[in-house]
Amino acid sequence: MARSTFVYVAYIRTTPEKLWLALTDGEFMRAYWFGMHCESRWTAGSAWTLVSGDGQVYDAGEILEADPPRRLVIRWQHQNKPELKAEGDSLCTMELEPTGTAVKLSITHTIERDPSKLIMAVSGGWPKVISNLKSLLETGSAVLQEPYPKESAPREGRG
Amino acid sequence: MAEHLHDTDLLFKALADPSRRKLLDLLYAHDGRTLNELCEHLDMTRQGVTQHLDQLEAANLVATVRRGREKLHFLNPVPLQEIYERWIAKFEKPRLKALADLKRRLEKPHG
Repeated sequence: MARSTFVYVAYIRTTPEKLWLALTDGEFMRAYWFGMHCESRWTAGSAWTLVSGDGQVYDAGEILEADPPRRLVIRWQHQNKPELKAEGDSLCTMELEPTGTAVKLSITHTIERDPSKLIMAVSGGWPKVISNLKSLLETGSAVLQEPYPKESAPREGRG
Repeated sequence: MAEHLHDTDLLFKALADPSRRKLLDLLYAHDGRTLNELCEHLDMTRQGVTQHLDQLEAANLVATVRRGREKLHFLNPVPLQEIYERWIAKFEKPRLKALADLKRRLEKPHG
């Protein structure tokens, strides 16, 4: 069957435990996910939603696997736009692997159709979210804040 | 930080080769390709393509996923996003700030 997939990888200088917290803690998420956050008990079988800053549920689904701080699999269906919702369930897998002083974060998002409007829609957002998350964990501040930076934070200590 | 410098060097070295940029273009057009599929589009040995892909993977511009016996290659745009944030994002801030101010005004609590 045709399938659409994207894979994003970031090496983040942190610990798997801190990264897991950043991926599952609502308050932490708001700081790098443009005001969005996920709600879930983060155990296999529990419900999962991605909620915007004004309380709208954009995506909903279920936690299929949760193995902290290593692996998280989410059944993910868009809710807001009818044409994306009609595509049905997608699968989002997050894997955390320690590599030396950093943690390799791999995010794989797959849906059993090609082309997929959902995959097109989410794949534009993920690099910004991941890059923001990396910056927040490594430097203590996100580069792009929500809604947008009120002041420009100097990016010291970069390359 | 030294490690960042290292990452950045790897990134720009990986980008500084036309064959490697072509590989990224091919993956941008269609992600999730095998080595064989990529070899069809490049006039070089399989070993040559493998070496280029290794360099792209070391720079984190390509991510690979094993599916059965196959190894699939994906364009990973995260390092390019970091370049954008480092040198481009700030020039967009005045425009974005204007939008943010507008949003705040419009969304002022009622009453």
